[in-house]
Amino acid sequence: MTVKQLSVFVENRPGRLSTITRLLGDNGVNIRAMSIADTKDFGILRLIVDDSEKAQKVLKGENFAVTITNVMAIKILDQPGGLADAMDCLYKDNISVEYMYAAFINATDGTAYLILRVDKTDDAVTALTEGGFKLVSDEELKSL
Amino acid sequence: METQKRFRDEKHECMSREEMKALQSEKLVKQVQHVWDNVPYYRRKMEVRGLKPTDIQSIDDLHKLPFLSKADLRDAYPYGLLGKPLDECVRIQSTSGTTGKRVVAFYTQHDVDLWEECVARAIVAAGGTDKDVCQVAYGYGLFTGGSGLHGGSHKVGCLTLPMSSGNTERQIQFMQDLGATILCCTPSYAAYIGETIKEMGISPDSLSLKAGIFGAEPWTEEMRREIEKSLGIKAYDIYGLTELSGPGVAFECEEQTGMHINEDHFIAEIINPDTGEVLPDGTKGELVFTSLDKEAFPLLRYRTRDICVLTRGKCSCGRTLVKMAKPMGRSDDMLIIRGVNVFPSQIESVLVKMAKTMPNYQIVVDRVNNTDTFDILVEVDDSMFSDTVKTYEDMQKTIANELKSVLGIRAKIKLVEPKSIPRSEGKAVRVIDKRKLHG
Ligand SMILES: [Zn+2]
Repeated sequence: MTVKQLSVFVENRPGRLSTITRLLGDNGVNIRAMSIADTKDFGILRLIVDDSEKAQKVLKGENFAVTITNVMAIKILDQPGGLADAMDCLYKDNISVEYMYAAFINATDGTAYLILRVDKTDDAVTALTEGGFKLVSDEELKSL
Repeated sequence: METQKRFRDEKHECMSREEMKALQSEKLVKQVQHVWDNVPYYRRKMEVRGLKPTDIQSIDDLHKLPFLSKADLRDAYPYGLLGKPLDECVRIQSTSGTTGKRVVAFYTQHDVDLWEECVARAIVAAGGTDKDVCQVAYGYGLFTGGSGLHGGSHKVGCLTLPMSSGNTERQIQFMQDLGATILCCTPSYAAYIGETIKEMGISPDSLSLKAGIFGAEPWTEEMRREIEKSLGIKAYDIYGLTELSGPGVAFECEEQTGMHINEDHFIAEIINPDTGEVLPDGTKGELVFTSLDKEAFPLLRYRTRDICVLTRGKCSCGRTLVKMAKPMGRSDDMLIIRGVNVFPSQIESVLVKMAKTMPNYQIVVDRVNNTDTFDILVEVDDSMFSDTVKTYEDMQKTIANELKSVLGIRAKIKLVEPKSIPRSEGKAVRVIDKRKLHG
């Protein structure tokens, strides 16, 4: 079970991030999680949104290079060792994490959500599910 | 069964070498006399060498004649090389004048006819007949692209669509509604039209296009395949210089292995650009042309500054006209960066190998602390997108390494957002040389 992540190529020049976020906001797209990987000249903005198709269309319309990647959104316990348990689960099956970032924390039930991109997505889904972790679907993500 | 006409002028396009030599010799003698009588600028050049028209008896004497260069054209601007009184001239055409003063070329009606006849040969070689609909999307006006292909298309009897360049959506609409079969424009504009068609969701199969005649700027074999695929056509190269008439000095046949030079109108030589020595066929050097039939703007041994190779040999199309390879680039386009000669076409050939489609790019050269900086901006497109920085960094590295092996110097590759490099729908502006701005 995976969720769709948008990756946007962004040049390092003033105003690019505000352009993108404003563009999504004006089109009613809600950003649920984000991270930026950057170099001296450019960066890649990774976004989890409530409507990835619409977001992609809007950004492409403004000539951004956008790609959609399937990543995992997992629910972990918001407590010491919560993340480590999930990593152990992947490590024992020889799955490498390419990148990850925190999505949102649910204060009421003490859980947190994590976005993960690994080298072997299918294996990781199996490993995590068998390890008792909850993976979030695109549909569930919209209602969170 | 009706067989398609393969040649516009079979007699001249398929002449034996001996016949061609005899024809060229006969015409050369006349052209030299015409220049001697009417162009004092060149007559003085001959006199300095102690040459008289009688010293030129055949094309074997061609090497005795002095060269004309772009600098001569500038010196003689505007009327110094005129071979006919202005009242016998009916037209001027001009270069864009990106390097120094623009070149203005003059034409009598005879010259216009000769030029259009050369273009007509190119259109026929690309499969054109009077049944075709020829869309001319070169710029019209002073630039020879539009009027040259327009005139040639008339001569062949094609239904001519004088679109000029730009307004791409209208181009595509006319292409669809009027069933254009031949597209004539710059290769970069053809690529742009192909890109737009794809964006609009139009299948190339739904178009009637079968051939394209593209020239006026350097393009690579990879770019040809890309255009052929995106438009569903066979793409033919065409070559020419405003000084000599315009496009049509040389043209490609279906073999697509070099352009046949209209030798009955233009003698081609390859010289060593440093010494002026004439080089044998098959050797790389500077292309030099001598016009044989021109009235208003006759040019003897004009140095084009194009670097290329001539090859003779039987062509499968049946033409005997000598073939010129695609020029490596004009020396006007050639950049000297850290002492190394760099042609934009070399960069292009590396870029198309890296990406699935030809990325838009721009070369930016500057001088910082007496050292040349060499940056290449490359637009990221859908075919190379990724969600990791590493992929992009690897791509930068691969392009830089490949370029280093081709050019011998290292360039800094900067990836930029799609469509962030300004596009022109006519000639692509590929080079920004800031060193010139600083003087
Ligand atoms: Zn041929």
